[in-house]
Amino acid sequence: MYYLILFLPLLSAVIAGLGGRFIGTKGAGIITTICIMITSLFSWIAFYEVGINMSPVYIPLWKWINVGTYLDMSLGLMYDSLTVTMLILVTTVSSLVHLYSISYMDGDPHLPRFMSYLSLFTFSMVMLVTADSYLLCVWGWESVGICSYLLINFWYTRIQANKSAIKAMVMNRVGDMTLFLGMFAIFVVFNTLDYSTIFSSTYKLSDYTIIFFNYEIHALTLISILLFLGAVGKSAQLGLHTWLPDAMEGPTPVSALIHAATMVTAGVFLLIRSSPIIEYAPKALVIITIVGTLTALFAASIGLVQNDIKKVIAYSTCSQLGYMVLACGLSNYNVALFHLFTHGFFKALLFLGAGSVIHAMGDEQDMRKLGGLIKRIPYTYSMMLIGSLSLMGFPFLAGFYSKDAILELAYGKYTIDGTFAHLLGTLAAGMTAYYSIRLIYMTFLSDTNGSQMNYKNSHESPWQMTLPLFILSIGSIFFGYIFKDAIIGIGSPFLGNAIFIKPNLNGGDVFIDAEHIDIFTKWIPVIISISGALLSLIIYHFNFVYNILVNIFITDNFINNFIRKVYTFLNNKWHIDQIYNNFIARPLLNFGHNTTYKTFDRGWIEIFGPFGISKSISYITKNFSALQSGFIYNYAFTIFLSVTLYITFINSNIDLSLSTYFINYLNLLLTLILIRFVFTFLPVNKSI
Amino acid sequence: MVEQYLILGFVLFILGTLGIVVNRKNIIVMLMSLELMLLSINFVLILGSAILDNISGQIFAFYILVVAAAESAIGLSILVAYYRVRGTISVKFINLLRG
Repeated sequence: MYYLILFLPLLSAVIAGLGGRFIGTKGAGIITTICIMITSLFSWIAFYEVGINMSPVYIPLWKWINVGTYLDMSLGLMYDSLTVTMLILVTTVSSLVHLYSISYMDGDPHLPRFMSYLSLFTFSMVMLVTADSYLLCVWGWESVGICSYLLINFWYTRIQANKSAIKAMVMNRVGDMTLFLGMFAIFVVFNTLDYSTIFSSTYKLSDYTIIFFNYEIHALTLISILLFLGAVGKSAQLGLHTWLPDAMEGPTPVSALIHAATMVTAGVFLLIRSSPIIEYAPKALVIITIVGTLTALFAASIGLVQNDIKKVIAYSTCSQLGYMVLACGLSNYNVALFHLFTHGFFKALLFLGAGSVIHAMGDEQDMRKLGGLIKRIPYTYSMMLIGSLSLMGFPFLAGFYSKDAILELAYGKYTIDGTFAHLLGTLAAGMTAYYSIRLIYMTFLSDTNGSQMNYKNSHESPWQMTLPLFILSIGSIFFGYIFKDAIIGIGSPFLGNAIFIKPNLNGGDVFIDAEHIDIFTKWIPVIISISGALLSLIIYHFNFVYNILVNIFITDNFINNFIRKVYTFLNNKWHIDQIYNNFIARPLLNFGHNTTYKTFDRGWIEIFGPFGISKSISYITKNFSALQSGFIYNYAFTIFLSVTLYITFINSNIDLSLSTYFINYLNLLLTLILIRFVFTFLPVNKSI
Repeated sequence: MVEQYLILGFVLFILGTLGIVVNRKNIIVMLMSLELMLLSINFVLILGSAILDNISGQIFAFYILVVAAAESAIGLSILVAYYRVRGTISVKFINLLRG
């Protein structure tokens, strides 16, 4: 069964990918979905066995790399509670996405390929989470990146999809490079890449320093920061986040799979997995907290004004990932895992719901051209509402248990970064509620804004699309409550050794402290969320926005200009894309063209390399042969001069040992060459 | 006294050389300059023979005389042959073998 969890998705990918012609579109959909569903079922059984019954499973497979005693890498699968928690998320969402895709991608001629990619993606993700070493984990990591490229670029005839896929791949590679560096640093420090060996020896190495770029650096801090930078790429944290919204070019189920449950969670998973290392690097923890907090706030602020229904959800993903990273930075890895888990469900629900809306409205994604869909697709509306309420942390839904726990813990940690995280996180929570309700309002509740044909043709989706929504909505409602005690309950033995939280010797356990925050502080996020939601309802329902917009674009005063600037600023994603294009991408391309290509490849190397040397030699020889002008008196002069020089140089030195002779000869030669060049400037009658 | 004779020979040699180098008109002048150079060498050889009281210098001088005569004969005959072909003996136009 544990083998099948890993290899069934691979099997289904192979069947659908290589045998798609024989089993047809329908067959490919059914076979892959059934395979992944069986995987999902097995994952839940594994969750029961490993998580609930607390019996971690380790399966050694075979030797991979064996270089004497120096590096002995073996492949192995490790199922501990962290792995199985990730597994039930990944495989459940993936199986629902498979089912959903059958209907959503119906009529697409390349459905087998799509299904194959989805399954391959699931396989990579399962490989990533079940790996027992960093090397295998990185294998899954890279493979996930490749599959995201293939999936985003599924409609490869669209130039925008191509560009987005390349962007996703390249920005991930930037993070992957630091991940590789981190892995190499781990190997330098620990001499192995196995989790078990590394994590059991970190505390011994808490004072170990290594030389990195000629600086002596605390080894574990360096490793943590490098791993975190890898996670920044994959989890779309501030700095390398721009690929995530652009990756919405792929089909909607892809967005649900990649950007809700699987790929972006890989970065957070890596942080959680590396907790024994990161815990011994307090400086890295502060950086992780601050980057996570800023991402949460930044993405939420952009989400406020986006008009594309998928982009809003994408930025919300980015923001929620910020929360998870923040929780990791506050060394509450179990809370990060819990939020990862619940977020996977309600974000998949939101994406699939958005897909349902897009499907119903004839591929219209602009929220300004939707509206009033509550009458046409009430089921999708309910599901989206559940997802949105869960996302904004409405009490007793899944998001409430995970997100508010993060904010409480941030408050409970009496450090500057904890307070920072709490303040900005709470603000971001308000923004989250605002844009969630804004999405709901603009899509479902407002007046109809689209074309009449779209409304005429709009319909509720078939059961393959609605059933996954239903199941995910169950997850979004109940999974927070159900899994709360297991994953983040105080003293819960569920995660066991899967994560490591260093006991705080100075000021009590953050977890206990957070439980004793006064009730008002605990309610703050909920209050702010609800007020954000109400604000958005008020603004949109009472046409405030319309009035403000009219004011902005008609009257021209200071406040309106300011609001317009803020709106444009946020709508343009803080101009980060422009900054990257203008200050990084374009200079790099220019560097590539002007410096490395024109100056080096076609410049210096052409001059001093083979081509340049042959060219200059032929030039020089042509000049030298022009010395033979054919005129006797020139020859005579040359002979006369040469003999004179020869005699002069030879006679100037009495010592005629070989070396001096040689030097004199060299001198003579140089003088002759010099004379030759003098000659080039003399008018020589070359022709008759 | 000896230096003066030596200088005379040297000057004659240089004159002959310059006659070849500087002359751009007539190839006969070149041959004459060549003869002058050989003459100067002969002069120096004879001078050395007289000073050093050694006969071999004079023997060489005779040899050179013979060689110079032969050389000028051959050179002039080449010149005549060349004139028959080209119709001119102007040095300016003898540059068919350029590099």
